[in-house]
Amino acid sequence: MPHPWMPNSYIKEKLMKELGVSSLLELFNDVPEELLLSRNLRVGYGRPLTEYQLTRLFNELMEKNAYAYKLPPFLGGGVCLHHVPATVKHVAGRSEFYTAYTPYQPEVAQGLTQALFEYQSLVADLYGVDVVNASMYNGSAAAAEAVRLAVRVTRRSPVVLSRSTHPEIADVVRTWSEPVGITVNVVGYDGETGRIDLGELEDRVRKLQPAAVLVQTPNFFGVIEQDLAEISRIAHDSGSLLIVYEDPIFAGILEAPGSLGADVVVGDTSSVGSGINFGGPTAGILGIRDPEGRLLRQLPGRLIGYTKTVDGEEGGYIMILQTREQHIRRERATSNITTNSSLEAVRAAVYLSLLGSEGLRKIGEALAGRTEFLIERLVSAGLELAFEKGVHLREVLFRHPRIGELRGFLKTRGVYIGPLVGRFYPELRDCGLVCVTEVHSREDIETLSSLVREFLGVSTS
Amino acid sequence: MKGFRQARWEEPLIYEVSPDTKEGTLIDYEEFEDYAKRLLLKLPDNVRRRSLDIPSLSEVEVVRHYTKLSQMSYGVDLGPVPLGSCTMKYNPKICEELASDRRIAEAHPYLDEDDVQGLLEIIYTLQKWLSEIVGMDACSIQTPAGAAGEFAGALMIKKFHADSGEGYRDEMIIPDSAHGSNPASAAMAGFKVVKVPADPRGNTDLEALRAALGRRTAGIMLTNPNTLGLFEEQILDIAKEVRGVGGLLYYDGANLNGIIGYVRPGDMGFDVAHLNLHKTFTAPHGGGGPGAGAICAKGALVDYMPIPIVDYDGRKYYLKYDVPKSIGRISWFYGNVVPAVKSFLYIAALGSSIKEVAEVAVLNTNYVLKKVSPLPGVDLVYGHGRWRKHEFVVSFEKLYKETGIGAEDVAKALLDRGIHAPTILFPLIVPEAHMVEVTETESKENLDRLVDAYREIVNLAYANPEEVKKSPRNTSVGRLDTVYGNLPKNVAPAYRFLKEKRTGA
Repeated sequence: MPHPWMPNSYIKEKLMKELGVSSLLELFNDVPEELLLSRNLRVGYGRPLTEYQLTRLFNELMEKNAYAYKLPPFLGGGVCLHHVPATVKHVAGRSEFYTAYTPYQPEVAQGLTQALFEYQSLVADLYGVDVVNASMYNGSAAAAEAVRLAVRVTRRSPVVLSRSTHPEIADVVRTWSEPVGITVNVVGYDGETGRIDLGELEDRVRKLQPAAVLVQTPNFFGVIEQDLAEISRIAHDSGSLLIVYEDPIFAGILEAPGSLGADVVVGDTSSVGSGINFGGPTAGILGIRDPEGRLLRQLPGRLIGYTKTVDGEEGGYIMILQTREQHIRRERATSNITTNSSLEAVRAAVYLSLLGSEGLRKIGEALAGRTEFLIERLVSAGLELAFEKGVHLREVLFRHPRIGELRGFLKTRGVYIGPLVGRFYPELRDCGLVCVTEVHSREDIETLSSLVREFLGVSTS
Repeated sequence: MKGFRQARWEEPLIYEVSPDTKEGTLIDYEEFEDYAKRLLLKLPDNVRRRSLDIPSLSEVEVVRHYTKLSQMSYGVDLGPVPLGSCTMKYNPKICEELASDRRIAEAHPYLDEDDVQGLLEIIYTLQKWLSEIVGMDACSIQTPAGAAGEFAGALMIKKFHADSGEGYRDEMIIPDSAHGSNPASAAMAGFKVVKVPADPRGNTDLEALRAALGRRTAGIMLTNPNTLGLFEEQILDIAKEVRGVGGLLYYDGANLNGIIGYVRPGDMGFDVAHLNLHKTFTAPHGGGGPGAGAICAKGALVDYMPIPIVDYDGRKYYLKYDVPKSIGRISWFYGNVVPAVKSFLYIAALGSSIKEVAEVAVLNTNYVLKKVSPLPGVDLVYGHGRWRKHEFVVSFEKLYKETGIGAEDVAKALLDRGIHAPTILFPLIVPEAHMVEVTETESKENLDRLVDAYREIVNLAYANPEEVKKSPRNTSVGRLDTVYGNLPKNVAPAYRFLKEKRTGA
């Protein structure tokens, strides 16, 4: 049956005549007969659907989602609800961008290559690094690629990562590493601060001489790893690289990881224009501080750079150093990545241009202020901080014996907190994360705290 | 030259739009200023940001800047993008509109399963449909792109052999016409790559394959149809040979578009497959991504799929983590859900008409090939007299020898005629190659435009090659020097490099 998305489905006979075939099957005469499917695929809903039918179907499915945010959710765990400005959506909705391919023909894709160049430049400034690639799939893939980059550069195989790194990132690092003999060693956290245990780290790094040390800050518990300079010293004393995972949204208030000694900085664009999207898509950020030029040749992924026209008259942007990549270097490539997350990188460029240095400082303070306020209110409502001596930012890990019930109770009121972290950390089974961002008003946080108070009050009476 | 003119804004970098500090969006922060101060004071000085200097622009400046940049970009909505093996088909607007729904954009991955049954049902249903399409037992959309699927598949094959006590199988066989990501993925999973050539009909050379097989063979990674657009006629023999030495078969789904509904990888004998939802199933390419991949498996390999898998217990949809032999997590959360929703909608909209996709794609491919292959200077190299499927490859080697105009020159001349160039200089086994995939979404008029453009260019090459060399002139910038930007002293992947160069720092 012809379909509007396929103009020539209406003139198949005409094309068949042009080709001199009387049956479409002739075009498949090289397929062994026993392989030809003798029935229609059982997909979709039989007949093609009209736009309206499709919309109804979609809405019916969406209505099966029971979640209903009465307040912006306080859910964390690596991704939190940040506002995506309309401007970002507008630019990403320009179909010159979203229906484009990778800029293999840069002369006809200068707008795209320039936007990606701007993304690389802006994020390099945020992270205090020299070079940022044009994107990885997401933060977890960026971290895994960073580990493999470090292994190639140092020609060592063990890596060390903090236990307070997002457990799903740690899992992805393991999946990408262990089958090729890279051992992943985990260093615990301090029970009072929630920060990486520096003593254990130093011992482990001395003993293993790893390719890299990977830490996340603020870490999965929301605690700022404020000893980055010391962690950097420990890593570098043993000739290891330091990989820091940091959400770019904190760049206005936290010192750039590159300035504190990180060799590789990774992150994710969820907070800076991508949104949460049930976990994806976002873009993975990967940047390198590379004063000696050791890392650049091992960098994975696309990279946009400046060049000139062949007549030398004008400037422009192209993909550079492609000899690192799979389509040229094949099995000796630095990565297999081809499709990446360019449009999310463009979204990040738009977002960062809208905020600028000032906006990033303000949003950093907006997050810091709300975090402090949240802690004050929820502690007074009866929750305990899991890590009393840690400085939290955006996400906070709270402890209460009935945290699971509390979470369920809040949900009945349209208020969402979490995740509970027991599934990742058995010793923290009475703990759950609460995340606040610039979207939460004072009243939202007050409402949350009075509901917590109500629940705990009811329970103790 | 009449016709196409791309926008040519002299748009500065975002850093040079305005020196003044403005605001592009309001942030509500004053109310919590004191709290913020209190928090920041707890931090050691060196952890607090000292300086950050990126442009701070107003909303309208940002919008104009990026709108102008968009006008200097080119996608399927403007005209054909016949990049071979990329399947640059039209992206239906209803899929874009629905998938941008706030109920997905704001759905948090750590919501309870009970709260996201609709989303899980979409993913589950898509997995089922994809399994039916490839003829396999299970699919997962956790892989964020095709290459991630290849890597996952290679890891599954590796683990399967290791579990069978055959961990010594460390060789992956890959045709020399394969996508570069195949050998790269195999190498990432720790395999040695063993290459096999194509025979003159364009099939994998069966003799060479037999010679390559052995006790260390882990498997073979194949696209079918292959990168020449040709169906591997001896696929059943290939499967038999590989299986005969205990190897497994991996299917690269990049080229599925030309056979969907006609023949299925699972039936051909493949054990593991990846699909590119942004190719065959119309999630847009986004200038390079995000796409979405699916990883599919059959029989014993199902147990090795990455976790979690969306499953259904007859009552509710849930995330299944209990997959004891799983290779683990290939990516966080559940994959690139938004593009996957677009693919769900696409398949739902087409229903069994999805077979039409392959039919029209194959008709279009052969229609263009029939008109392009007799042009002067153009050769086929492989598979004379055979029907192509999703794409075809022609060589401009003859043209190059006779006129000095090679594949790249022809490509740039296509740009000048308002048509995106095909994939060029690939596959490597065809000299001066153009790999052309027009997909099912181009009209006959556009196919004729492409043919006319090719004809005009090769004729011009014989008449006045210097004129062809001047292309592109109608794009926003003239031909770019790919050597200059790659010279170590010129490598400039960020604004800072340009600024330092300018100021002589």
